Amino acid sequence: MSSAPRSPLELFAIDHLLTEEERAIRDVVRDFVERRIKPEVADWFEAGTIPARRLALEFGELGVLGMHLEGYGCAGTNAVSYGLAAMELEAGDSGIRSLVSVQGSLAMYAIHAFGSEEHKREWLPRMAKGEAVGCFGLTEADFGSNPSGMRTSAKRDGDDWLLSGSKMWITNGTIADVAIVWAQTDDGIRGFVVPTDTPGFSAREIHKKLSLRASLTAELIFDGVRLPADAVLPGVQGLKGPLACLNEARFGIAFGTLGAARDCLETAISYALDREQFDKPIAAYQMTQQKFADMTLELGKGMLLALHLGRLKDEHLLRPEQVSLGKLNNAREALAIARECRGILGGNGITLEYPVIRHMNNLESVYTYEGTNEMHTLVIGQALTGIPAFR
Amino acid sequence: MKIAVCVKQVPDTWAEKRLKPEDSTLDRESAEGVLNELDEYAVEEALRLIEAQGGEVVVVSMGPERAGETIRKALSMGADAGIHIVDDALHGSDAIATSAALAKALEGRGFDLILFGSESTDARMSVVPAMVAERLGLPQLTFAQKVEVDGSTVRIERQAEYGYDSIEASAPVVVSVVEKINEPRYPSFKGIMAAKKKPVDTLTVADLGLEPVTVGLAAAWSAVDEFAARPPKAAGTVIADDGAGGVKIADYLSQQKFI
Repeated sequence: MSSAPRSPLELFAIDHLLTEEERAIRDVVRDFVERRIKPEVADWFEAGTIPARRLALEFGELGVLGMHLEGYGCAGTNAVSYGLAAMELEAGDSGIRSLVSVQGSLAMYAIHAFGSEEHKREWLPRMAKGEAVGCFGLTEADFGSNPSGMRTSAKRDGDDWLLSGSKMWITNGTIADVAIVWAQTDDGIRGFVVPTDTPGFSAREIHKKLSLRASLTAELIFDGVRLPADAVLPGVQGLKGPLACLNEARFGIAFGTLGAARDCLETAISYALDREQFDKPIAAYQMTQQKFADMTLELGKGMLLALHLGRLKDEHLLRPEQVSLGKLNNAREALAIARECRGILGGNGITLEYPVIRHMNNLESVYTYEGTNEMHTLVIGQALTGIPAFR
Repeated sequence: MKIAVCVKQVPDTWAEKRLKPEDSTLDRESAEGVLNELDEYAVEEALRLIEAQGGEVVVVSMGPERAGETIRKALSMGADAGIHIVDDALHGSDAIATSAALAKALEGRGFDLILFGSESTDARMSVVPAMVAERLGLPQLTFAQKVEVDGSTVRIERQAEYGYDSIEASAPVVVSVVEKINEPRYPSFKGIMAAKKKPVDTLTVADLGLEPVTVGLAAAWSAVDEFAARPPKAAGTVIADDGAGGVKIADYLSQQKFI
């Protein structure tokens, strides 16, 4: 006798680990993604663009932008709620989650953590509403895993700063109102709040991507951008500034990737129950069931890990190398799940009629951005041995 | 303006619902409970009215312990306070007993407007708003696709097959709304976090001054004698077109009284 199927995360009774408030926040984002994102995102992916301005306003209304920050129009939720929101957004599309991550965890967080009171008042309320969009410039074409080698520089010219150089792979770069740009100065690496209408600032959209197509990616170019003295983020010097921001975003990714994986797995299970070969559903074959069981285990374990990291973060105990555990494992396993599910869907798995190959291609980016698999491995290796093997 | 919105927790629309064999009432464990969708429109309308004119929105719900989540949902959308009528004696109440309990909870609190969704997605009776109005001796403006409040005059457009009727009454009034009326908002995260600090009064049958024997399953005016699961879909009839396929389909539709 067969029984009613249960979803992978129901099997783990994950809801039992969440408060009523966390479930309510999660449900609102899930509902939003079902109604506003999923019906359209395959078309955005196909077209290679998104209505980012409109989405930012809708996300602002929802309250998801900078949701885990306190004050300045931000909701001030706990970290677990933020993670759950990232997960639901990425169940829609990694590009959509990226838009929100970059706004909230990178640009807004940088201003919130390191900006002056004037920076915060000027930008955070508008960014929380989605009326102003932010981007975050750290990576350069030749400096990805090793940002300390960056060539972008800011030099004093009287009281002003002159910013020169370029940044690569910048999400939201072409539509941003403000860029948080990290540059070499005489005092080491500093962050700058750069309004994108400042003369000398330009952004060029990067095309021909086969991943994160529902996301705007840009190269930023600074051709002697003149900034006032107070453009610098006063609260931090050195690489620890941008790394603190990345830790925020990576935390969101540890949850987010599981959303994409969940969507793939649920799609594959539903597909396998409908799809018949040799007169029975392919879900009735032991090989398919083994795949489902293995993927469910990885998804559930990843979820338990993410929630554990979230609880640590809410107690202010979360360490960067622990974030690496989550980002490394969950991006890796999500990608593996997406690939396996793609196979279960056969030919149908390669079209945008189903979300699976879109998630799979997106996760190829998520696997390497915000710290490559290798870098997170070496961070963990360093934590275990005390030896930084990447130097 | 003081507005009450009566809301109901119903099983999730898309869930497979079951009845309990022992008393033929809904097995609430079988499906997740959600805020009745049509009641969301009533909550939204109430919020829009007080955002425009000032006032307070109180959410009223009768249901078991977990119906508290539904009140919380309405509070997270922006309502100010809740009243939860919860008592084991109410289990299995019909519309008549439900309207009695709601009327008791509502009376004497100075509401100018008592809003309802036009029906619940589980029982689908559409009678509770009218019954509550009757019990309170208030005018009922039902099936509203538009609500306007002008001083003490409440005007609605009542949805009809041919268009709408314009009707009005003096506050206090009972109004039920249809889904055409607005687009309900999502609870904001701030709203969700604020909701748990908002006051929710719980009322028992005794608090309402009702006799326990007048409510609940035993007091219901109708009873479910038996129930059966919907039969599985039968295989369809396939008609091969040998030139007379159209006639055969027409004959079939005629037999089934479709044409």
